[in-house]
Amino acid sequence: MKVLVCVKRVPSPGSLINITADGQDVDATHLGFAMSPHEECAVEEAIRLVEQHGGESTVLTVGPPEAEEQLRYSASLGVQRAVLVRTDGRPWDPQRTAQAISTAIETIEAANGPFDLILFGNESADAGGFQVGVRVANSLDRPMVNAIKDIEVDPAASTCTAKREVDGGREVYQLPTPAVLGVKEGLNLPRYPTMKGRLASKKTEVAVLDIQSQPGGQQRLRLAQPPTTTSNTITLGEGPAAAPDVVDLLEQLALL
Amino acid sequence: MTHLLVLVETDQGVTQPATFEALTFARPIAETAGVELHALVCGEIADHGALAEHGVAHVHLAQHEMLHDFGPETWGHTLAELIEIIEPSLVLASGTSKGNEVLATAAARLGVAFVANCLKISDDFLDEAAPDLVRVQWGGSLLEEAKLDAPVKIISVAHHSLDAAPAHSSSTPDVKPFRPTLDERLARTIVVQREIAEAGVTLATAPVVVGGGRAMGSAEAFAPLEELASLLGGRVGCSRAVTNNGWRPHSDQVGQTGTRIAPDLYIASGISGAIQHWVGAMASKNILAVNTDPEANMVLKADYAVIGDLHEVIPAVIDEMKRRRAQ
Repeated sequence: MKVLVCVKRVPSPGSLINITADGQDVDATHLGFAMSPHEECAVEEAIRLVEQHGGESTVLTVGPPEAEEQLRYSASLGVQRAVLVRTDGRPWDPQRTAQAISTAIETIEAANGPFDLILFGNESADAGGFQVGVRVANSLDRPMVNAIKDIEVDPAASTCTAKREVDGGREVYQLPTPAVLGVKEGLNLPRYPTMKGRLASKKTEVAVLDIQSQPGGQQRLRLAQPPTTTSNTITLGEGPAAAPDVVDLLEQLALL
Repeated sequence: MTHLLVLVETDQGVTQPATFEALTFARPIAETAGVELHALVCGEIADHGALAEHGVAHVHLAQHEMLHDFGPETWGHTLAELIEIIEPSLVLASGTSKGNEVLATAAARLGVAFVANCLKISDDFLDEAAPDLVRVQWGGSLLEEAKLDAPVKIISVAHHSLDAAPAHSSSTPDVKPFRPTLDERLARTIVVQREIAEAGVTLATAPVVVGGGRAMGSAEAFAPLEELASLLGGRVGCSRAVTNNGWRPHSDQVGQTGTRIAPDLYIASGISGAIQHWVGAMASKNILAVNTDPEANMVLKADYAVIGDLHEVIPAVIDEMKRRRAQ
């Protein structure tokens, strides 16, 4: 089977996110980059599905040339092919991103045949638009369900069973393949790259696509910090000697 | 501005509380613009009186055999069709998992923008000139001001960003059944089965959460946290570092990619308070941080703090609780 995973390069902030002077983007000067957490699980799932059923996995990103880092990281884990849809580095709105990905998929599929499964993260860690996967599925006319935490594929029957966590349990979906799923962290525990994998990933060929796309209806004006939630922290004490004060607090909050 | 349409999120006929947040958000906009509030219900609904109490004047009851249970495509296409029929200026839902998914599907089908997790739309929005809105990014850690250019504005309201409140007055809503034309193929994404979880206190609803971070060091180190949580009728939570290390299952993760908690007390032990974690914990009513570092972000943002090693502090707290109980 053929599995495609779409990932996004995002900054990895610690306890603070700074904004650039022009307010247009996150100031990532001192930050590392990673793919969004949900997508790490999507990459892991693609590798496992190919290990289980045979076939080939491909990772695709829309981003600046530096996003090659996330493609090679995926390759170091075991993804076989990598595709970079190049941007000028400025953030694209969700419609534009989806349009570019759809066109890229059509281009790849025209040459290599259809992907049985296309995986997205449920939402990106930064912009969090909650829609790119849905739009791509709609444009390719494939079934799509989001928020998936369990996937089983039956290649012989051309179906996949996907489960979504909801209040009080899980909903089960059964989609005909080719299908598109948006997954959430917790789907699996992603592996770490091996030294051998890291070395091999340096040789992975990254196919670069330049795709014409048009801006959509949502336009970013600026980013802003939310009102600060300062708290005058009351220090109850230091070390185990603070235990009576902690229990007093529990009593005060009527938790005992 | 013509109408304002709100998608009602039901689960097997029961209206989800998040819907009332969207209605509470929508009501003043409709009042200011002097337009009526419409609501779409897909399939069965147990109680549409509650919609009236929240200001809905017209309920569009979509009736179709393919709406017997939730399906993102059947719901999304139903919404898109209703939008084409009644031509609302603004379409809203709560930014839950399903709310965002259904709005995205409808917007994709209509070929228009969709903006997820908004906090505000400006008054200019009503003039349909320079519509501005504010939405959240990074799970709520950053705000984005944006323009939205679309013939129908489709947005979701950030979940938990406001408290739902009923309208001052309500009347019996006008209920109009309508039958969407749904392509049979869309049955491919309808729920086929449900797995019921064990009943009990969940992380999301626990009155007390005792959380552990990277400083826990191992899976075994969580035993005292388990004991404290059990004494307080609460649950154990953890940071992403912990689940990435495999010390706890992902279902225990508090954070942007885990569970958003809102307990009466969150005891954050050995947790630095990175954005990823803070976003999931910030709705806690009280936070007690236990950390060796008095400058840790979690300590600075907490209501209360104990500066010390959690491996010593937590057992001491348990002993003190037991001592007082024995008295």
